[in-house]
Amino acid sequence: MLGRTASSLFWMSRYVERAENMARLLEVGYRISLMPRAIEGHRDEWRSTLTTAACEASYFAKHKDITTTEIIHHLLFDDDNPSSVRSCLKTARNNGRAVRTALTRDVWEVLNGTWNEFVLVRPESITSERLPGFLDWIEQRAMLFRGALLGTMLRHDTYFFSQLGTFIERADNTARILDVKYYILLPKPSDVGSDVDIQQWATVLRSVSAHRAYRWFYRDSTYRPWLVAEFLILREEMPRSLTFCYQWITRALDGLGEVYKQRYACQDEAVDIYGRLKLGNMEDIFQSGLHEFLQDFMLSNNQLAADVGQTYNFP
Amino acid sequence: MGSIFNEMLNPDGSVRGPYAQIHGWVGSLGKDNVERALKEAESIFRRLGITFAVYGAEEASERLIPFDIIPRVFAASEWRRLTIGIEQRVRALNAFLHDIYHRQEILRAGRIPKDLILQNSAFVPQMVGLNPPRGVYAHIIGVDIVRVSETEFYVLEDNCRTPSGVSYMLEDREAMMFLFPDLFKQHRVAPVENYPAMLRQTLESVAPQGAGSEPTIVLLTPGIHNSAFFEHAFLADEMGVELCEGSDLFVDNGYLYMRTTQEPKRVDVVYRRIDDDFLDPLTFRPESALGVPGLFDLYRAGRVTLVNAPGTGIADDKAIYTYIPDVVEFYTGEKPLLRNVPTWRCNDPKDLAYVLAHLAELVVKEVHGSGGYGMLVGPTSTKKEIEDFRARLKANPKNYIAQPTLALSASPTFTEAGVAPRHIDLRPFVLTGDRVRITPGGLTRVALKNGSLVVNSSQGGGTKDTWVLED
Repeated sequence: MLGRTASSLFWMSRYVERAENMARLLEVGYRISLMPRAIEGHRDEWRSTLTTAACEASYFAKHKDITTTEIIHHLLFDDDNPSSVRSCLKTARNNGRAVRTALTRDVWEVLNGTWNEFVLVRPESITSERLPGFLDWIEQRAMLFRGALLGTMLRHDTYFFSQLGTFIERADNTARILDVKYYILLPKPSDVGSDVDIQQWATVLRSVSAHRAYRWFYRDSTYRPWLVAEFLILREEMPRSLTFCYQWITRALDGLGEVYKQRYACQDEAVDIYGRLKLGNMEDIFQSGLHEFLQDFMLSNNQLAADVGQTYNFP
Repeated sequence: MGSIFNEMLNPDGSVRGPYAQIHGWVGSLGKDNVERALKEAESIFRRLGITFAVYGAEEASERLIPFDIIPRVFAASEWRRLTIGIEQRVRALNAFLHDIYHRQEILRAGRIPKDLILQNSAFVPQMVGLNPPRGVYAHIIGVDIVRVSETEFYVLEDNCRTPSGVSYMLEDREAMMFLFPDLFKQHRVAPVENYPAMLRQTLESVAPQGAGSEPTIVLLTPGIHNSAFFEHAFLADEMGVELCEGSDLFVDNGYLYMRTTQEPKRVDVVYRRIDDDFLDPLTFRPESALGVPGLFDLYRAGRVTLVNAPGTGIADDKAIYTYIPDVVEFYTGEKPLLRNVPTWRCNDPKDLAYVLAHLAELVVKEVHGSGGYGMLVGPTSTKKEIEDFRARLKANPKNYIAQPTLALSASPTFTEAGVAPRHIDLRPFVLTGDRVRITPGGLTRVALKNGSLVVNSSQGGGTKDTWVLED
């Protein structure tokens, strides 16, 4: 396989995952902006949405103030924002198009169909009433894409490179969400769960679709910051946790190792990160600092992505 | 313009043989059925991503080429006659290219003016003396043919560089078989689907010496922004070869390699869909980022085969076109079986005077143009368009040739006003390697506007499935 093909597969999946995460972030931001006490707080909430999405710079390059309409437009439709859903879907499709021959028809049809439908949507038609439905649609298309990958692709190098893209992006996204909100998760003496905090923790869980799962998993009706953090970092049962992502990343790299009959340093690197997550416990993480832990994780995750690219000759 | 040959109906209203069943079928299709089929076909094409980018349009807009569901049909005997003429012409074109880049016998014999070849921008001096495997230059040729009567066919153009459109031939057939399976039960339609396999065989047969029994083939594309990218991806997929961009290939130690996720892999045959100028910045255009530095030297050394060879454009140059009947005779010793459209060369003062006096009746084309751009179709142009064109022609006469407005045959086509005749042409795809292979069928293009003679997809033309019936 061409190094460029591997790279396109990787980025194709990364961008679909990013589009889905963007839709989730928007969903949460929008929900909060609707809440009764949000009048004052919603600007902060939108600002933290921008930070989480790493779109602050691109947003403020064009807009002075934070307004719901402009944020939604910037994160969904703005061509100048490389992480807008539109840009993500376009880049994902262009990557898929460049390696059309490596994809099954089903995977390609999801990518192509999603883009074709997306461009028909006029941004001004996405009013408040239509926004939730539209975000749902984006998430569903991303899920359909992953389903098509899982259900139709040979377990060969093409499949493994696309899985790497999905889970490296997802790990980055989960870590980023936690990091932006880390201060509200920090155990404080006054940690009695004020209304505001509970709402914030719910937000964190919701932005990774885990608020229901949390209740089932911990059999607990209140959100406890310690557990929220544990759920999203260490619990391998949770499909958006860092540990879970690394379970899949190491699997994909092992798969490549088998296909190519060759073990590379990046495989050990991933196993190492995975091992540290598996052995980790929240006490230590909070001791040494949640923020530091997450920053450190994101760095290693990025480094791994770069090393994978170098190992497999991404252009 | 004489009377227009109708592919389905004789002048007396009776149905021509090959269309015996099609005629009834067309009559039985209700408007609703047709609309449903067209919608379904469109969604098939769109889902598969069969689109082409229109140059000059805002954004990188992607359009579907309109598809007409009424097939264009040849009887076996008609097709046989046509293919004999095509094969003769294609063999002569390859012999001509070999001669032009070697002894230049045809120039010495005075059959073509020397300057017309040697001063021509399509002549590639770097090709002189070079011996491509099996002596083949134009491995893939798309010969554009029009019909004007039961027995008269004219060649409009020999596309010897990187002819496109074969994916439409294949996908139109897929769509027809999906939409109207019963129609195929009633006819014995020669299959076109082995074109990719034939192309692969052709490419393997011209691998350089020392490539081994399983040569590595790649398709070299300019990338996803090229208007024919879909076709590049489609053909690579169908042939089972890598689809490469220039940056995926590199020259090392006298061989061509592609960058893979593992060790570099040696490449033997490059089916390139980028123009000569962009192939190799060290030999051709230095600023080109699409090609591979050092590729041409390898080619020269016989380490890699380029398909088609560089410099084949001299054989489809519009200024040379008028000489092709002579070319056929010169190399085959036979009378040409396919005719050329009578052509006035505007660099000739006598011809120019005639053309200027008859602009309203003629089609005037740029010598180096393609795709229906920059041409004048006299009979359908306004006075102002004709006068504007006259000025351009006078300013640079040698840039133009002119031809009579041919009465292209018309095929029944679904239009807004129901079934109506629309003008068509035909591009069969001819492969030359160890032997000449012609797919039974080709791409039929149809001018969808009433009375229009321009079938180019960039100018609103559509396509039809092309059937060759078996005996």
